[in-house]
Amino acid sequence: MPDIVEINDLRKAYADGFEALKGVTLKIKQGEILALLGPNGAGKTTLISTVCGITTATGGTVKVGGHDTITDYRAARGMIGLVPQEINLEPFEKVISTVRFSRGLFGKPKDDAALEKILRQLSLWDKRDSQIRALSGGMKRRVLIAKALAHEPRVLFLDEPTAGVDVELRRDMWEIVAGLKADGVTIILTTHYIEEAEAIADRIGVIAHGELLLVEDKNKLMARMGKKQLQVHLTKPIDAVPASLVSDALTLSEDGSTLIYTYDTRAERTGITKLLSDVAAAGLVLTDLETSQSSLEEIFVDLLKEDAA
Amino acid sequence: MNWIAVNSIYKFEMARFFRTITQSFVSPVLSTSLYFVVFGAAIGSRIQEVEGISYGAFIVPGLIMLSVITQSISNASFGIYFPKFIGTVFELLSAPINFIEIVLGYVGAAATKALFIGVIILMTAFFFVDITIAHPFWMVVFLVLTCISFSLFGFIIGIWAGNFEQLQLVPLLIITPLVFLGGSFYSISMLPPVWQVISHFNPVVYLISGFRWSFFGAADVPIVTSLLAIAGFTALCLAVIWWIFRTGWRIRQ
Ligand SMILES: Nc1ncnc2c1ncn2[C@@H]1O[C@H](COP(=O)(O)OP(=O)(O)OP(=O)(O)O)[C@@H](O)[C@H]1O
Ligand SMILES: [Mg+2]
Repeated sequence: MPDIVEINDLRKAYADGFEALKGVTLKIKQGEILALLGPNGAGKTTLISTVCGITTATGGTVKVGGHDTITDYRAARGMIGLVPQEINLEPFEKVISTVRFSRGLFGKPKDDAALEKILRQLSLWDKRDSQIRALSGGMKRRVLIAKALAHEPRVLFLDEPTAGVDVELRRDMWEIVAGLKADGVTIILTTHYIEEAEAIADRIGVIAHGELLLVEDKNKLMARMGKKQLQVHLTKPIDAVPASLVSDALTLSEDGSTLIYTYDTRAERTGITKLLSDVAAAGLVLTDLETSQSSLEEIFVDLLKEDAA
Repeated sequence: MNWIAVNSIYKFEMARFFRTITQSFVSPVLSTSLYFVVFGAAIGSRIQEVEGISYGAFIVPGLIMLSVITQSISNASFGIYFPKFIGTVFELLSAPINFIEIVLGYVGAAATKALFIGVIILMTAFFFVDITIAHPFWMVVFLVLTCISFSLFGFIIGIWAGNFEQLQLVPLLIITPLVFLGGSFYSISMLPPVWQVISHFNPVVYLISGFRWSFFGAADVPIVTSLLAIAGFTALCLAVIWWIFRTGWRIRQ
């Protein structure tokens, strides 16, 4: 797949001199879902705002669909839809008129059928004539999404789309995102819910202090960085790890019936074979083996710890 | 040009106006009627004539200008300040539009509203006094140009303003005095010589004088000077707006 967004050495220093982006280079593939993770103040919103034209970069370039976002801003911006982090809506407007306005701003001719489809997809059709102030927070967020989709963008930026959204709506949101992906829309989303990234992203980027620490295929990332645990269930509980087996990687469960071996999938040798033969040599009989992989969350926390160190 | 975007902004802003049509309509009619009662009937009965025109009729152009100028400024400044205040301005900044299109939409809507109010006041005036318009074409030209130039000015104030107080500040501290001292309710020639000289530094004098000329054929200053003054003011506002969007001043971080 070709790259639809090319961010090259992007820098942003705010008026007060604060450097929110310190040279970010990132290529986003057409049709993928990229999740951007990073602690508060990492620069996620700044990155999105700079790509979308809300803030001006102090260095670097951005191309969307091959169009430079400064010199060819009309073509570039026309491809982008943006759902901002803050719920910014005019309280007295009706849902349908604010969505129609968004479509018009992007120069697309009136098309009520297209808007109906979008509003139905987001379960907002029944609310189309309601004033925005009469909607719940989750509905307002969906109105923002409807506005962003009103001009049928090819690239959609979702800045924390599920912040403050209940579990059910979060699932709905994931389905909407999956549906958009199926339509060929490229999606970049930021989130603090790692299970969200784990559930829907194709690739994961991690930002901290205005720098992109890594971008990688989600599964590869988890395989590469994930620590796995092997649980060895014993027929008879033991009081302590036999002396011949003692190592940092091995612990005994509280009830003494399971040995837990932690290993790194990145390591050349996992040490599993040796462990198993040592277990047998120690005269322990096993009933079962089980492996589990660390979640993205643990990977993320580890990564930030490394960065801080 | 992204005309669809211009039209969308224009319609969106006009819809806001028509939602509150009663207020938009009633308040200028009421205040104009009050002016006629107070200035026209009560004071006017003692002044009789100014430059051969009954005082009630004489104040009509000034009254229209007073409303049109304040309306233009408040409509346009609020129109662009409000999205900044509630945050929806992000949409304007991320849309494939340039500053000319944004200005056309917002200033166009603000000027239309002000023009609408101006026409209502004129119609109200017909109920109170006898007026014939000597140069209808030029009257329309002055009215439209005033709506546009002061809407441009209001747009600048709306971008500059950091809070609602500042939004009110310029109209209150600068515009209202300039308009009142600009000959809305008197002829400059009625002033002592020193004040006549000072008045010539007040740009609004040229506007009101020109506008009054279009009604009665008599002016305080040459009509060409009036037209040049308003053209110059419009050009100045356009230049400032061009600079604002070039630098992103107060809108794009
Ligand atoms: N207008 C501004 N002026 C100065 N500094 C700013 C401005 N906007 C953001 N910053 C700073 O830039 C840094 C990055 O902010 P940004 O909003 O991009 O973070 P984020 O990753 O989106 O955080 P969050 O997860 O909290 O949304 C922060 O330190 C923030 O204080
Ligand atoms: Mg953010």
